[in-house]
Amino acid sequence: MSERNTGGRNPMPVRDPISRRSDFEEVALGYDEETAIAEAKRCLGCKNRPCAKGCPVGVPIPEFLALVAEGKFGEAYEKIVSASSLPAVSGRVCPQETQCEGKCTLGIRGEAVAIGRLERFVADRAARPKPKPVGKKGRVAIVGSGPAGLACAGELTARGYEAVIFEALHVAGGVLVYGIPNFRLPKEVVRREIDALTSRGVKIVTNAVVGQSMTVGELLDKFDAVFLGTGAGLPRFMGIEGENASGVFSANEYLTRTNLMRAYEKDSETPVYRAEKVIVVGGGNVAMDAARCAVRLGAASVTVLYRRSEEELPARKEEVEHAKEEGVRFRFLTLPVRILEEEGKVTGIRCVGMTLGEEDESGRRRPVVKEGSEFTLPADAVIMALGTSPNPLVERTTEGLEVKPRGEIVADEWGRTSLPRVYAGGDAVTGSATVILAMGAGKRAAIAIDEDLSKES
Amino acid sequence: MYTIIEKEKLNFSTVRMLVEAPLVARRAQAGQFVIVRADERGERIPLTIASIDRARGSISIIFQVVGGATMSLDRLSVGDGIADLVGPLGRPSALEGIKRAIVVGGGVGCAIALPIAEKLRALGAEVVSVIGFRSRELVILEENFRAVSDRLFLVTDDGSAGEKGNVCAPLRRLLEKEPFDEVIAIGPLPMMKYVALETKPFGVKTVASMNPIMIDGTGMCGCCRLTVGGETKFACVDGPEFDAHKIDFDEAIRRASTYREFEAAARERHCNLYRKEAEE
Repeated sequence: MSERNTGGRNPMPVRDPISRRSDFEEVALGYDEETAIAEAKRCLGCKNRPCAKGCPVGVPIPEFLALVAEGKFGEAYEKIVSASSLPAVSGRVCPQETQCEGKCTLGIRGEAVAIGRLERFVADRAARPKPKPVGKKGRVAIVGSGPAGLACAGELTARGYEAVIFEALHVAGGVLVYGIPNFRLPKEVVRREIDALTSRGVKIVTNAVVGQSMTVGELLDKFDAVFLGTGAGLPRFMGIEGENASGVFSANEYLTRTNLMRAYEKDSETPVYRAEKVIVVGGGNVAMDAARCAVRLGAASVTVLYRRSEEELPARKEEVEHAKEEGVRFRFLTLPVRILEEEGKVTGIRCVGMTLGEEDESGRRRPVVKEGSEFTLPADAVIMALGTSPNPLVERTTEGLEVKPRGEIVADEWGRTSLPRVYAGGDAVTGSATVILAMGAGKRAAIAIDEDLSKES
Repeated sequence: MYTIIEKEKLNFSTVRMLVEAPLVARRAQAGQFVIVRADERGERIPLTIASIDRARGSISIIFQVVGGATMSLDRLSVGDGIADLVGPLGRPSALEGIKRAIVVGGGVGCAIALPIAEKLRALGAEVVSVIGFRSRELVILEENFRAVSDRLFLVTDDGSAGEKGNVCAPLRRLLEKEPFDEVIAIGPLPMMKYVALETKPFGVKTVASMNPIMIDGTGMCGCCRLTVGGETKFACVDGPEFDAHKIDFDEAIRRASTYREFEAAARERHCNLYRKEAEE
């Protein structure tokens, strides 16, 4: 028997920081066959499958790893898509270190199996599925084509339903196309995943804004159920002076211009603000994405301001590392108090230093302003990456749909809302969260829809 | 694709298009807008719905050819398709209950003012329209306004058509003499700012229709934000109409110029393309 490598995982080839800083091509390059097989062989095949329990969509991880180890990549793909609708996406953007890989037995003493990298490997080399006839068990309308909507549609189609997705933008994918940059999740990968879903029977109607072009009530007349996966809504701002100056952007705007509208390409008609000194406020993955886009758009300096310390940064470690390698600087324990402007344009940002005090309700130490610590940083662009509030359009036009005070749709763990036949999941329910949690919510809602509709008939 | 059924030049830089868009026409109301993307490389731009034909499933849009995106749109002809057109977006104008109104339109803003004047007329209100342009060559929709207005005042900056001056003069004369329930102003930001200043002393409710820079138009990107009564509002989902006495117009004017350099470069690029074609 060959010796099992239980120590270090196989490294992922990554483009060098100097060359990748100036384009939007993918940073991580992916395993080859040999490396994938070697990495998969590291799996111990634990009986109690801790990794699979850590997966929000329940991918049969040990089973697909065993198939990869045997070189049966096609079968491994079938195994993954039995549970996940977007494996090439989740293989790239999931926070595996806190989910599957975080639960891996190997991780206790050494390094966990690189499950995410293997999922990506399997998904990237999979052949396109053969078209299937549309299911006849019922018709479900899905609002929004982001991760929640796509996962819900994929699961419903697999269960024999016809799923029709209504998307407000001109292209499907939601945050996968407008938010996450190409260098982290190439748009061709998203398109391939969506093509795979449409060949399995999912229908997508673009340029259709539910709440404006049509209402949920109208959809309920034509469909057996409606799933709301409307995602992130209005960007939050700090409410400080100068925030509406030219040169202050929400991360949503900055990323949408860059990613969805491809403003970095010479022949794109969409403008993007070319700045020398960019400040990004916030510490999540969206802040990292915005900072790394700013680097690629040619900024001379990009600085992320975060009000707590590095330890509390909510962004994935890998994203923070990549950002640092690319030259993004960080100022921790820093809180903006005012944006300075001249003739309506940003010239700088006034900040205060912070210290960490007592733990707050989230279990993190609360940042407290340090007296007399005000200072100014020069800036010609400021990007606010502070999260979002849910989109108001559906709630406004759907009588009886219960929402929380901040606007999140009230739904149980299976996505059931206050209205019969209406389900919801993803950021519209939880507020800003991750792609995989949204996928999990979409999938659970699909299971609930199937269960509820089967009971009725 | 959204097929262009009719295309007409209203003046040398303003174009009207009748477009097949059944999903938009079905629910559209006066005051709402659409986001249009001319082609695959195109920018998403907000354009107000100028007329709605539910039976034919069509709407018309009126736009001024000013930047790269509107130039691309203008290159399309009858029978061509617009890549993307989504709507209706924004809240409809709240016009119920108004008995006497002044509708003020400035330049291409008249395209937005007209359906509002029409709707007011349909609701039985007395409608006085004040429309202003830089000069005679730029006058659009005069006859359409005449048809739906109890009285019409036409002004031009240079006096080449109608009264010489801007919309504020007839507006002031009207307000000095008669009571009105509401003034609705749609036009360039400086015009709306001065209309608001003009009507304020009279205490008459004044509404301005804002048309800031937008991308998605559905409450996602936040770039259409403006300050109204000290609060940040989003024109796409909270507007486009707001209480004109509370809008921070100076801020809105500054924000509108965020991409001015880029727009100038885009114009240059497009013009060069035209020039090249002409030479070939």
